Amino acid sequence: MTDFFITLTDPAIPFLRYALIAGLLASVAFGVIGSYVVVKRITYIAGAIAHCVLGGIGAALFFSQRYGLHWLTPMMGAIIAALAAALVIGLVTIHAQEREDSIISALWVTGMAAGIMFMAKTPGYIDPMSYLFGNILMISRQDLWVILGLDVGVITLGLLFYHKMLAVCFDEEFARLRGVHTRFYFLILLCLTALTIVLMIRIVGIVLVIALFSLPAAIAGHFSCRLWQMMAISTLLSMFFVTAGLAVSYGPNLPSGPTIVMIAGLSYLLTMAARMIWKKEQE
Amino acid sequence: MVTEPILIFDNVSFAFDDKEVLSNVSFSVQKHESICMVGPNGGGKSTLVKLALGLLQPCSGTITVLGRAPEKARRKIGYMPQYLQYDQRFPVTVLDVALMGRLSSHGFGFFSKGNRQIALKALAEMGVADLATRPFGALSGGQRQRVLIARALACEPELLLLDEPTANVDPAVENQLVEILHTLAAKITVLTVTHDLGFVSQLVDRVICVNRFVKIHPTSEITGEIIQDIYGGDLKMVRHDHCCSEQGHIHD
Repeated sequence: MTDFFITLTDPAIPFLRYALIAGLLASVAFGVIGSYVVVKRITYIAGAIAHCVLGGIGAALFFSQRYGLHWLTPMMGAIIAALAAALVIGLVTIHAQEREDSIISALWVTGMAAGIMFMAKTPGYIDPMSYLFGNILMISRQDLWVILGLDVGVITLGLLFYHKMLAVCFDEEFARLRGVHTRFYFLILLCLTALTIVLMIRIVGIVLVIALFSLPAAIAGHFSCRLWQMMAISTLLSMFFVTAGLAVSYGPNLPSGPTIVMIAGLSYLLTMAARMIWKKEQE
Repeated sequence: MVTEPILIFDNVSFAFDDKEVLSNVSFSVQKHESICMVGPNGGGKSTLVKLALGLLQPCSGTITVLGRAPEKARRKIGYMPQYLQYDQRFPVTVLDVALMGRLSSHGFGFFSKGNRQIALKALAEMGVADLATRPFGALSGGQRQRVLIARALACEPELLLLDEPTANVDPAVENQLVEILHTLAAKITVLTVTHDLGFVSQLVDRVICVNRFVKIHPTSEITGEIIQDIYGGDLKMVRHDHCCSEQGHIHD
């Protein structure tokens, strides 16, 4: 653990600092948007968007290597794929009469399959594992700026539309009767979800990103009676999970993404258990 | 004095897929009238309400609300939906819920002081102002219904549409709600949907009976026959305005 703090302040080893900064920045967006996603009960949509991102990353790697489009970074591919997936899923959810879950699952798997196929055909060796489960060694200084920009954008929009989003999540029909463009806000929410997912992909990866979306908000839900409290608490929890995960994984050289998620998962289970015991005591 | 009716249904029909739910429905509601809509489950009451709100479009016929199309008039309608399946743990307070009545298509950020006052006033009118900071999920059924009516009142409506306000509440609470609705009816036009016939006669001017077709009765005319006609089945009536001994009636 002391190694972790020494490395963190070592000017010669920037990657751990970058990982921590990226994680803390992303935690705020995760707290805000994750709370909306949890109360609106659309974590499965967030899951589908996250998995579609692999298609975008794969395509970006393939086209940039094969055709020399070096401006097409994996991050850019991820952003485009995430937004496209959010819009397609959003429109399907709004317009499909039934079985929207089938379409969402179809996007989920085809997005992933496309990503792996692109990666297989990209010249040079690419390890899909680092995209699936995160790899903090890949975070560059440039990534940090992108993360900061996205973070500020997502949080600003998420808070600016707070009351409308709250109404849309609580009772969509009523919000619509008040003249709120509920479909528009639903699509905005999905797009913000998509961008938030991209923020954390470097650290915890596509498969595990959903954990940081839902677990802090789920724990915070037990301790908040207003949505903004839930956002604040889940932001702090998410920051704690990222910091603790990086610290714990560094010494024994564990993969940091899974360590972060493991800590979040155990905290969630412990909270549930503590609540059950506390409720029993009350009776 | 003749005034423009608040709500007009003119020969309206509606069907879900092939199943006709409402057939050639025509009626109108005058200003400050207090109307009750009754009928069996699946008879089309909620459909009729959703048509009036412009949430559904009629297959034929026209609906006019406050002289306009329902979509244009809906901001002047206070709507309380039927038993919302709210997430018990949804993190909102009572005031947050009431403030949703003050939403509009424009405006970002915080609610103005004026809007908060209107929401608080609506809560006070429903007798739940002291619960304003409580979590909505922690309320009892009756308190929740009142908060939802307060949310509808916070819209400052000209027409109040209440879908089953007495569903899921115990009789004592129901009586309180009846009284509250009675006071409201003096100020605005109230249209209440209910399957509870005891509720009807106490507070309304007219009853609209909905079971695919629509029939209208002044409350004084409601008899066993009419009820049987609407509900179609063999229905036993219990008279609440008539007391008998604990042993019950002796019929000769």
